[in-house]
Amino acid sequence: MIQLNVNKKNVTIDAEPEMPLLYALRDFLNLTGTKFGCGAGLCGACTVHMDGEAVRSCLMPLSAAVGKNITTIEGLSEKSDHPVQEAWLAHKVPQCGYCQSGQMMSAAALLATNAAPSDDEIDIHMQGNICRCGTYKRIKLAIKEAGKNIVREA
Amino acid sequence: MSHIENLSRRGFLKSVGVSGGVLVVGTAIPSMSFAYSESGTAGNVEHQLSVFVSIAEDGIVTLVNHRSEMGQGIRTSIPQIIAEELNANWDYINVVQAKADRKYGSQGTAGSGSIRRFFIHVRQLGAVVRDMLEQAAANIWQVNKSEVSAINHFVVHNKTGQKIAFGELAKHAAKLEIPAPENVKLKSINDFSLIGTDVKQVDLPTIIAGKMIYSHDVQLPDMLIASIERPPVVGGKVKSFDATAAKKVKGVVDVIQLKERSLPAGVFPKSGIAVVATNTWAAIEGRKKLKVVWVNGENQVHNSESYRDNLKKLVNKKGINVNNLGDVYQHDYDQSRTVEATYSVPYLHHAPMETPAATAVIKDGGCIIWAGSQNPQWGKGLVLEELGLSREQADKVEFNVVTMGGAFGRKSKGDYILEAVELAKVTSKPVKVIWSREDDIQHGFYHSVSANYCKAELTNDNSADNWIQRVALPPIGWLFNTDSKSPSDDDLSVGFADTPFKFNQMSMEKHEVSSHIRPGWMRSVSCINNSFALGSFVDELANKAKITTQQMWLNLLAEDRLVDPNSDTFKYTNYGVSLTEHPLDTARMKNVINLLADKANIDEKVSANEGWGISFFRSFNSYMAAATKVSVKNKKVTILEMHTAVDCGIVITPDRVKSQMEGAMTFGLAIALMGEITVKDGKIEQGNFHNYLIPRINQVPNMFVHIVKSNHAPGGIGEPGVPAIAPSIVNAIFHACGTRIRDLPVSKVLSI
Repeated sequence: MIQLNVNKKNVTIDAEPEMPLLYALRDFLNLTGTKFGCGAGLCGACTVHMDGEAVRSCLMPLSAAVGKNITTIEGLSEKSDHPVQEAWLAHKVPQCGYCQSGQMMSAAALLATNAAPSDDEIDIHMQGNICRCGTYKRIKLAIKEAGKNIVREA
Repeated sequence: MSHIENLSRRGFLKSVGVSGGVLVVGTAIPSMSFAYSESGTAGNVEHQLSVFVSIAEDGIVTLVNHRSEMGQGIRTSIPQIIAEELNANWDYINVVQAKADRKYGSQGTAGSGSIRRFFIHVRQLGAVVRDMLEQAAANIWQVNKSEVSAINHFVVHNKTGQKIAFGELAKHAAKLEIPAPENVKLKSINDFSLIGTDVKQVDLPTIIAGKMIYSHDVQLPDMLIASIERPPVVGGKVKSFDATAAKKVKGVVDVIQLKERSLPAGVFPKSGIAVVATNTWAAIEGRKKLKVVWVNGENQVHNSESYRDNLKKLVNKKGINVNNLGDVYQHDYDQSRTVEATYSVPYLHHAPMETPAATAVIKDGGCIIWAGSQNPQWGKGLVLEELGLSREQADKVEFNVVTMGGAFGRKSKGDYILEAVELAKVTSKPVKVIWSREDDIQHGFYHSVSANYCKAELTNDNSADNWIQRVALPPIGWLFNTDSKSPSDDDLSVGFADTPFKFNQMSMEKHEVSSHIRPGWMRSVSCINNSFALGSFVDELANKAKITTQQMWLNLLAEDRLVDPNSDTFKYTNYGVSLTEHPLDTARMKNVINLLADKANIDEKVSANEGWGISFFRSFNSYMAAATKVSVKNKKVTILEMHTAVDCGIVITPDRVKSQMEGAMTFGLAIALMGEITVKDGKIEQGNFHNYLIPRINQVPNMFVHIVKSNHAPGGIGEPGVPAIAPSIVNAIFHACGTRIRDLPVSKVLSI
C-alpha cells in the first residue's frame, strides 16, 4: 500500500513502489488528464507537479512520490481557470489537445518562478514537451500572456 | 455556456452507450437515411428532426458530428455549417459524436475531405430542418411558407414580425415529413453569418480542463490492459515463446498468442504475443519478460539505405509512360541551359502524440468498441468480419468514435481495433490494447521512401520545356495486393502527373519496385515527395536562368487558364471531385504566390548567411505557397521565419484554417530537417523520440498565415499546408549558403 497526496487529497494505492506515478494516476485514481506519450521522459505529455516542480510522471516511481504534494492538470485550478488555462483558451492553443495537459503543467511551473520569461527562457523550459500538431507558436504567446496576468493578479 | 457543457457531458454519456437508444422510424432519401423522433431523456424533451438534428423544447439544438476529430477542429466546423443553414444561434448548439453507422453516409475522415467533398451535403442537413421549422410555423399561422423566415433561432412572420422560437416549433416540426434536400433552397453565400467566423470552439474547455477522453483514457469495470509484442519484420511469425517469467509479474492475468496473419498485410494486426494484466504497468512489465523467437520471413532482406540508392538509380532511367506530349527523347538538349536533378525522401512516420489504443468488450454475440478512428465504418466492417457477422448484422457491433490525440493518417487503419476485439473474445472481458511509443514507431504504416527525377531545358523567355519527370516508390496498393509494384493513376494525381506548367514537350514516367514494409497514407501522402522535387527543381531552374524563383513559377504557370491533366494514358482523379467544381486554376496559383512574396517580403535585403526560399503546391483542391527564411552558420541551419499563403476557397472556421497551416508548417519542417525512418534486415531502426525526431519549441520560428478571401468552393485544409514547406526550406538553405540538398532530411548534411 502506497500513500500519496494528489491534488490536496490523501489517497492509498495498492501498487508496487516501483510503478511509475503516471500509471497509478491513470489506472488507480482515474486521473486521465495526465497522458502517456513515450514512457521514456522524452515528450512531456505526462508532466505533473511534485512540490510545485514539473516532473515526468512516466519515469517517477511511486516510492519517490511519497510525502510530496502531487498536482495534476485536474488539480491545477478549481474551475480550469489558472492563468495558464485561461491564456490557453484565449489563444485557442490546442489542436488535438493530447499533449496540452503536459504543456500547461510545464508552463505553470515555469511561471511560478518566472512570470516574465524571455523567448529563450521559454524555449529552454518547454523543450521537453513535444506537440506533434505544431501549436508551439501559440504556446509561446499564451505563456507570455499568462505571465502578465499572474503579475497583474499578484 | 455552462448548460451547454452539461449537455455535452450528457451527449458523451449517450454516445458511449450509457443512456437510452434512438427510435428510428425514418424514411430513406438519396445518399442517406434520415430518422425521426427519439424517446425523451431526463429533462427537456428532445425532438429529433433528422439523423443529424434534434431540438429540445428549451431551444437547445443538438447536432451530430459524423466526422472524426483528430485536432483539425471538425467537431466545430461541421456543426457550424449545419447551424448556418439552420439559422441557429451558436450559443444554443450542443454537439454529439456519431457512432460508426452507414446511416450517416461517409465517415472516412481522410484526404482533407470532410468539407470539400461534402459541403453542399452538410449544408442540406441544416437546410431541410430549417425548412421544416418554417413549415411548422407557417402551419400555425396558417400562411404560406414563403411568408416566414428562420432568423437566429426563431421563425419570423415577415409581414407582422410575429415570431416563434425553434424550441417551441420542434414538436410540430417533428410531425412533418422531411423534405427532399434538392427541393430545399440553400442560403446565398453572401448571407452567411456563421461560416467564415470564429465561433466558440467545441471541446476547447474540455481539453483545457484535462477532461477530454481519448482512446487511452477509456476505463471500464473489470477491464484488462494488453501490451503486445509484434513480429519485427512484416510477414514474420512466432516460432516459439516462453511466458513463464511474464506470468509471474504481479497483475499479469494471461499471455495470449494472437492468431497468425498473412500477406497481403491489409490493415490487419501483425499478430504476436499479448500480455494482459489488471493494470497498464503490469502489462508493460510482463511484456518485458517475454521471450519470443521469430521467423522473420522474406522481408528481412530489406535495407532502406541500399533500397533508396536503388530508387535513385531507377529514376535516372526511362520508365513506364504515365503522361506525355510530343517526344522529348528526340530533343537535342543544350547542356548549358538544361537542369537535371534527382531528389529522395526517406520513409516517414506519423507519430501522433497519442499512440494507437482501442477498447473492446464482447456482448450478446457482438461487441462494443471505443476507439479513435479516422474511418470508423471501415473499422466496424473489419470487426464484423472478425466476429463472423454479416453486414446485415451491423447492429451487433457498436463502435463509439473517440477523439484522437493526433492521427495524420495512421488511424485510418483498423489493426489496433481488431487486436482489442481478438483479445476481448479470448478473455471474455473488456480489453484495452495500448501501444507503447516503440510499438507505434516500429509497427506503423509508413510514408513510402521515394525518388523523383526532373530534367528540363530553359526556353528563351526564361521558362522551361522538354520536361521529364519520373517517380519510383513502393505503392500503397501493395497493402492490399502484393502484386502492386507502381503507383496508380490516383497515386499519381497528387502533384505528379498534374504538374500545371505549359509545355510543348514533356514525359512523365513511373517505375516498378518491390515492397517490404507496410506503406500508408501520411498527411498529404505523395504530395510530400512530388512537391519536394518540383519545388526544389523550379528553384534550380530559376537559379540557372538567373531570375527569381517567384518569376520562374509565374513563367512556368504561363497565362491564366484551367489545366486539364487528363489524356489517353492518364486519368486524373482531382482528389475525388470534378474538375468543374474544382479546376486547376493557374490564376489562383499565381495569385497565392504573389500574395506570399508580398506579405513575407522575400525580396528584402538579408544578412550574409541568410536566405529566403519559396515554393508552391496545389493539393486537395487548395492552393498554398510557403516562404521560409533561414540562416546557415558553421554548418548549422536555423529557421528564422515561416509564412504560408493559402487559397482554400470559402473558409468555414478561419482560426482553424490558421491553426492547420501553423501545424502544417511544423509538420513540413519535421520532414525537411529531421524525419527519417530507416530499415535494417527488415526491422525499423528507430524506437522513440530520441531517434525519431519531432520538432521542439526552440526549433520552430515565428509563423504567419495569409488567407485569401474567396467565394470558390471550399478546398481541403488538413493536408494542403504540408507539401510546399520542405522545398521552401531547402531552397532557403541554398540561397543562404549555396548548398543544394536533394536527399532529405537536411540533418544528414547540416546540423539542426
